[in-house]
Amino acid sequence: MDDGKDLVGYLHSVETGAAVDGPGMRFVYFMSGCPFRCQYCHNPDTWKAGSGRKVTLREALDEILPYCKFLKTAGGVTISGGEPLVQATFVGELFRRLKRTFRLHTALDTQGFLHESVPDEWFEPVDLVLLDIKHSDPDKHLALTGKPLQPTLDFAKRLARLKKKMWIRYVLVPGLTDDDGDISRLADFVAGLGDSVERVEVLPFHQLGAFKWKELGLGYTLENTPAPTIEQAERARTLFRDKGLTVF
Amino acid sequence: MTHDTGRSEWRNFRGENWKNRVDVRDFIQKNDSPYDGTAAFLAGPTQRTKSLWDKLSLLLTEERKKGVLDISTVKPSSIVAHDAGYIDQDNEIIVGLQTDAPLKRAIMPNGGLRMVKAGLDAYGYAMDPKVDEIWTKYRKSHNQGVFDVYSPDILAARKAGIITGLPDAYGRGRIIGDYRRVALYGTDFLREYKKREFQELDDAVFDEKTMRLREDLSEQYRALDELRQMAAKYGFDISKPAASAKEAIQWTYFGYLAAVKEQNGAAMSLGRISTFLDIYVERDLHDGTLTETQVQEMIDDLVIKLRIVRFLRTPDYDALFSGDPTWVTESIGGVGEDGRSLVTKSSFRFLHTLYNLGPAPEPNLTVLWSTKLPRAFKDFAAKVSIDTSSIQYENDDLMRPLWGDDYGIACCVSAMRIGKQMQFFGARANLAKALLYAINGGVDEKSGAKVAKGFEPIVSDVLDYDEVCEKLDKMMDWLAKTYVKALNAIHYMHDKYAYERIEMALHDRDILRTMACGIAGLSVAADSLSAIKHAKVSVIRNDQGLAVDYKIEGSYPAYGNNDDSADSITVALASKFMEKIKAQPYFYRESMPTQSILTITSNVVYGKKTGNTPDGRRAGTPFAPGANPMYGRDAKGFIAAGASVAKIPYSCSLDGISWTASATPDSLGHSAEERRANLVNCLDGFSTANGFHVNVNVLNRETLVDAMEHPELYPQLTIRVSGYAVNFVKLTREQQMDVISRTFYSRM
Repeated sequence: MDDGKDLVGYLHSVETGAAVDGPGMRFVYFMSGCPFRCQYCHNPDTWKAGSGRKVTLREALDEILPYCKFLKTAGGVTISGGEPLVQATFVGELFRRLKRTFRLHTALDTQGFLHESVPDEWFEPVDLVLLDIKHSDPDKHLALTGKPLQPTLDFAKRLARLKKKMWIRYVLVPGLTDDDGDISRLADFVAGLGDSVERVEVLPFHQLGAFKWKELGLGYTLENTPAPTIEQAERARTLFRDKGLTVF
Repeated sequence: MTHDTGRSEWRNFRGENWKNRVDVRDFIQKNDSPYDGTAAFLAGPTQRTKSLWDKLSLLLTEERKKGVLDISTVKPSSIVAHDAGYIDQDNEIIVGLQTDAPLKRAIMPNGGLRMVKAGLDAYGYAMDPKVDEIWTKYRKSHNQGVFDVYSPDILAARKAGIITGLPDAYGRGRIIGDYRRVALYGTDFLREYKKREFQELDDAVFDEKTMRLREDLSEQYRALDELRQMAAKYGFDISKPAASAKEAIQWTYFGYLAAVKEQNGAAMSLGRISTFLDIYVERDLHDGTLTETQVQEMIDDLVIKLRIVRFLRTPDYDALFSGDPTWVTESIGGVGEDGRSLVTKSSFRFLHTLYNLGPAPEPNLTVLWSTKLPRAFKDFAAKVSIDTSSIQYENDDLMRPLWGDDYGIACCVSAMRIGKQMQFFGARANLAKALLYAINGGVDEKSGAKVAKGFEPIVSDVLDYDEVCEKLDKMMDWLAKTYVKALNAIHYMHDKYAYERIEMALHDRDILRTMACGIAGLSVAADSLSAIKHAKVSVIRNDQGLAVDYKIEGSYPAYGNNDDSADSITVALASKFMEKIKAQPYFYRESMPTQSILTITSNVVYGKKTGNTPDGRRAGTPFAPGANPMYGRDAKGFIAAGASVAKIPYSCSLDGISWTASATPDSLGHSAEERRANLVNCLDGFSTANGFHVNVNVLNRETLVDAMEHPELYPQLTIRVSGYAVNFVKLTREQQMDVISRTFYSRM
């Protein structure tokens, strides 16, 4: 099968030893391009579509080849970004090959905004979706990311309908996303998605990406925002747990 | 032999061979009880253990403040020089100290009087006139002997730091006595055995080799009796075998204690005692004469003793090696040649001391990792790593085919069959500097001195890969030649003036000796060559025409990204230098040349002594430790970095290849369970890829930064660096900064 042989994608970087982007040890492709402009983004260097390394499908697959044996027992592969759906054709084909040729556990790390651009079959080779929901309040979501919330919520329901396994990821930023009411609303929504949701991960905001904003000459607004305390993070987790969800 | 094979100390032990000749391995194979269960059986510290440790902690705090707690200045150390000493006699289960008081350091002038003097001066102690007189007028030291034969090229190489860390002024170490023999046989049996080995040579031709061996054996015979006398000072008769677990631990420790009373070797490793001791423990548990709490208490007590082994060294030495390392390395686990696991409950108990007594750099607990180890033990080791950062892993599946299943690790990564093999420790040569010498025709880039004679510099402005390789090849010839000459001199003199009597008494007569060379700066040299090959590197020369800096245009693939275009250069460099070593005409005492890729923490000092390099590294910047890729150049995460390191073949570095990996807890997984599973999988993956050694640190950068500012709050904070562990707060500020800036794998 030679279909997709001529496809090219734009790769920001790869990471061979990720342990918190899906189950076990993950090989992660970070794809370039993202329609969101999250104020707390720690990888703003992945925003620009068409930036990074231009690779063919073959080259992208060659990157993972040395680790396949290890990944099969230790974890799998995650395609992240940026936003992988920006390069849906390339990423879809990459998933198909990773599944068909290497039989790896596959995960898509996305905010789901562009999900309507792909058909249901696109998700067949994807074992798990790490769905980032940035906010539960539509106005605050728009302010935080520059884009509306609804497509992401629709995507979550679509995945539930497709019975696709999901890990919901929520970045906790003091002053931006830590309102109890907002979190409870999200928890209600997530609980309503049913068995598809395997877990919720509350990811405490950190400043480790701040230097990239400066390097890129972008205006960073969270300079004085502290990382949440352990107690704050635990409080948010409890709000999810209260709805019967498994939370990390 | 005149012993009785039915002796009571050996009751219920199986097997016959080991009863008739010294063969500890046979005893272990016939009697061990492999354990594949969980850690649930382990016992916590008793009140006694805690109060003893607390008492010692006060002394340790005082020692940290003063540098040394006390020095025994008038009694040059020997096995029997000092009277019995105790921390708290009534509350100790396993007894014995190097001198007559805890943390009181001994002087060992046989290695070198200069080192003793410098050590005393540094801490405000006066040299005893009698000691000074003896080692000046009547008795020559190892150090003097070596300098009597050194040649000008060795001295120049040493001064410039292209060859450093040579054990020419202190004990060479890295010899593991088979201390278990003391417990299994008692000194009478061992002396008889030595006597027989001696008598077998009565009719041999008295050539130099035979006479030296006979003199060695006589010394060993005498040392064994001194060992017996030393134990008698503590009220024990160790002429007979140990009859219980407590005695087995005590006898084994006495063997080790005698060694550290006699020698201040750079590394004084313990061997592989846990599974051996477990056999005695199982017998007593079975007999109902011991409880689990009592067993753990004895092992905790032994480990307390091992934690306070001390040598008098200079602040310079400490700066090189970070604090006060003694490398009391204990090798734990592994798999037998028959495929049975060698993990016993006591393997768990030794690791458990890190919880009962808190983390510590010593003893240097080393897990011999095999993919075939019981899962529960793998899980426990990973848990201990994540909680304490105090253990290292070495690939048993790589070593077993070469060294069998009763080898131990000396120092950091040096495998040797216990009691059957020793090494001549050779520190290391600086390959990054050798590359600069190739470019500058043997002139040192820092001092401007001509160190390697007979070489022409490169005169072109842009470095040509082939030309650099050709010149480097010749420079490596010179380096290997100079280096091996130095090592031959050192070990000849060490045998002559500072022979390890008791350690060698606990070896067979006929042993394998290795000449353990080493290299530093591998990743710097490899990346420099990669830059020259794949980018454009121009030379910047000073007024004297000396190349002092480099301009790189374009990018180059760096070692550490699992990219063969760079990694192959690293592999070729390591292999080539080993070939150059092997090509030397003579190795003292028919030793087999090997090499290690290990820097200990001297990567900081080596970096300081090395100018700008063509990879873009600035002068003075620390090298990466051991075989690590340079900081920040391994851009694809630690699996790729580990894969690069694992490409260096063990066959060209039989003395070990060290890799240090540090991660933050958060980056290893969301829960303790995930972190443990991920670490186990990574260790299995690295082993399967033929990776040799890995230090695992699981720490937050913030913790280290805070510990720098408030060392008093972190007395036990332990981190692993290139083959051993150190108390973080004992590092120099420079080394602390180095550790913090070093790659922490924590993907955002």
